Amino acid sequence: MISDFAQHLINGVAAGTIYALVALGYTMVYGVLKLINFAHGDVMMVGTFLGYGVAQRLGPERQSTLWGVLLVFLAAMLGCAVLGFLIERFAYRPLRDKPRLTALITAIGISFTLSYGFQLDFGPLPGAAPRAFPEIIIPAEWLVIGDRAVVIWNWQVISLAIAIALMLMLQGLVYRTRFGRAMRAVSFDHRTAALMGIPVDRIIALTFMLGSALAAGAGILYAIKDTAIQPLMGLYVGLKAFVAAVIGGIGNVPGAVVGGLLLGLVEEFVVGYSSSSWRDAVAFGFLILVLLVRPGGLFGRVAAEKV
Amino acid sequence: MRFALAAVLTSCALALVGCEKKTSAPPPAPGGGPAAAPSSGGTPGIAGDTILIGEVGSLTGSEATFGISTRNGIELALREINAAGGVKGKKVDVRVYDDQSKPEEAANAATRLINQDQVLLILGEVASTNSIAMANKAQPAKVPMISNASTNPKVTEIGDYIFRVCFIDPFQGYVMAKFAHENLKFNRVAVLKDLASDYSQGLADVFKRKFTEMGGKVVGEETYAKGSTDFRSQLTAIKRLQPEGIYIPGYYTDIGVIARQARELGVNAKLMGGDGWDSAKLFELGGSAVEGNYFSNHYSPDDPNPRIQKFIADYKAAFGSVPDALAALGYDAAKVAADAMNRAPSLDRGAIRNAIAATRNFPGVTGTITLDEKRNATKPAVVLEVGKGKTRYVATIAP
Repeated sequence: MISDFAQHLINGVAAGTIYALVALGYTMVYGVLKLINFAHGDVMMVGTFLGYGVAQRLGPERQSTLWGVLLVFLAAMLGCAVLGFLIERFAYRPLRDKPRLTALITAIGISFTLSYGFQLDFGPLPGAAPRAFPEIIIPAEWLVIGDRAVVIWNWQVISLAIAIALMLMLQGLVYRTRFGRAMRAVSFDHRTAALMGIPVDRIIALTFMLGSALAAGAGILYAIKDTAIQPLMGLYVGLKAFVAAVIGGIGNVPGAVVGGLLLGLVEEFVVGYSSSSWRDAVAFGFLILVLLVRPGGLFGRVAAEKV
Repeated sequence: MRFALAAVLTSCALALVGCEKKTSAPPPAPGGGPAAAPSSGGTPGIAGDTILIGEVGSLTGSEATFGISTRNGIELALREINAAGGVKGKKVDVRVYDDQSKPEEAANAATRLINQDQVLLILGEVASTNSIAMANKAQPAKVPMISNASTNPKVTEIGDYIFRVCFIDPFQGYVMAKFAHENLKFNRVAVLKDLASDYSQGLADVFKRKFTEMGGKVVGEETYAKGSTDFRSQLTAIKRLQPEGIYIPGYYTDIGVIARQARELGVNAKLMGGDGWDSAKLFELGGSAVEGNYFSNHYSPDDPNPRIQKFIADYKAAFGSVPDALAALGYDAAKVAADAMNRAPSLDRGAIRNAIAATRNFPGVTGTITLDEKRNATKPAVVLEVGKGKTRYVATIAP
C-alpha cells in the first residue's frame, strides 16, 4: 500500500538523518587524522545528557520556547566541543606519532570511560537508569494524510531542517573558508602542511571540536526523536553511524550524508517488507556488498599506499 | 608530563571499565584478615559469627533499575533478619557484585563469589540470560543459587542447586493469552519481541501457542534488537495488519519508547506485556502513551494483605519509593534463603540445598511460595493496568 510505503520512507529518512550527522564526525576526524574515533558515539551521548540537564534547568515552561531550544542545542554543542578538545589534547595528541593501532585502542578506552563512567552516581547528570528526554519541541501534527494513514510530525520537519542546515554549514566551512582549506591540507599530508606554515595542532583540535559539536547536535535530534536516553546509547548509534561513514567512503563529507540516509532507508525497508529479524544482518550485508564493489566506499577514492 | 597525563587517563579508563559496586563490604574478621578469606578447614561462607552470602545484580547497564530494586529488597530482608537475631545466632552479610546487565560479567561475578569469597549461597539475577550464565558456574561448584526474578524455564533446568522464587514464562505467557482472549475478548493480536533475550522469546512463544489454542489468531510477529530505540519500522508493519492487541514481552526500557512511537504512528491496538514492564521508570519513559495498557506481574502494591502493606511501608521508609515486583522478589528470595538456612540441620551447602528444595507454603510478599520438584515457585499472577504514574490491579489468574 502506498501509505505504508510513505510512512516507511518518512521513518527511514528520520533515522538516516541522525546516522548521517553522527557519521559526519567520524568522517571528519578520519579525514584529518586517519583515526577511527570510536569515542564519537559516546561524545554524542554526553551531548544528549548536557542537553537534558539544560532543559531540566530551564523547566517545562521555558525549554519549549525558541530561545530555550536554541540554548539546549548551543549548550550541548559547546560542552561537547570542549570535551572533544580535551579528548584530543590529552588522549590522542600524545600518541599522534605512535603506531595507528595505539590511538585506536585509546579511542576504545575513551569510549568505555565515557559510557561506563556516566553510569556512576556523581553529580546531577550521570546515572545508569534510562530517562525521558524533555519534549523541547511540543509534538504536533504537521501533515496528516488520509485517515491518519500517514502522519508527519512537526519535530520531524524541524529535525530534518536542523540536520540539513548543520550539513550545509559544515560543507561551507570545509570548502569555502581558510580553516577548511587548512583542514583539507592537513588531511592530504600533515607534514607538508606544517612545512607550509599551517598550525597543524590547532587545525586538528578545531576539527575534533567541530566533530564533537556536530555529534552533540545529532544527539539532541536523536533524543527528540526517540525520547529515551541512557549512558550506553552511544555504542549502538556510534556503530551504525560508523557503518554509514564507511558505506559513503570514510573521509568524505557528502559520502557520510548519503551513507547515513541509505543505511536508514535500507534498515527501514528490510523491516517493512521482509522480516525485522533480518534488519541488522541486511544492514551489515549491505556494507560488505558496497565494499566488495567499491572498496573505498560509494564516494571514496582508493589511493595507493605511499611508501 | 604528557606521559603522566596519558597514564592517568588510561588508568582511569581501566578502573572504570573494570568497575564493580560493592555496596556492602564484609566486616573484618577478628583475626584481621577479610571475612571472606577461606578459613583453614572451615565451612565455606561461615566466618566466626557471620554468614556470608553472595548477590549478583544489574546495578549499572541497561536494566539497572532491576538490579537496584532487587538490591533494596534483599537489603531490607537482611536488615529484618539480622535485627531479629540473624540465622542460628549468626549475622547474615551479603557480598554484592555488579554485572553491568551483561551475561559474561554475571558469570565472572558468580565465579568470584564461589572461588574467592567462598559464599554459602548466591542470590540473583533478574534477566534470565544472566541467571543462566551464573547458574552454569554455581551448579558445577554445588553452590545453592536462588534467582529472584528470572522466569525462563532453562534457568532451573541447569541443575538441582538452582532455584527461583518466581513463576516461569510458560505460566506468564498463558496468563496474558488468557487475559487477552477472555477478559479483553481479543481475536487478532500481533507479537513484538526482543530477538536476543531468552525472556522475551520464551514469553512470546508460549503466548502465541496458548492464544492460538484458545481460538485466537496471531496475525504478525516482529522483532527488535537490544539497544535500538527506533521501533517505527516494526510498528508501521504491524499497523498494516490491524491487530486488536500487541504482545510485547520486553523490558520497561524499550516499552516506554515503543508506546510513544505506537501512538505517534496512530497504532490503536492495546499493548500487553510481562513483568519486565514493572519499573517506576515506565511512567517517565512512556508518559501518557503507556497508560491504559496491561502487563502480568508477581504482585500488586494495591493488595490489602497486611503482610504486603507492612512490606510496602517498611520499604518506603527505607528507600523512599513504592517497591516494584523485583524489590518484592528480592525480599522474598532473601527471606526464603534465611528460612532454609534456619531449617537446615547444618550450615553447609548440601544441607541448605535440601532445605531450600523443601520450602512449602512460605508466606512471601509475592504470594505463598511452594517450590515444586523442578525448583520453581508455583503461585498466581496478577494483571495490572498502567495508569497515571501508578498501576491499577485488574485480575488475578491462578495456575
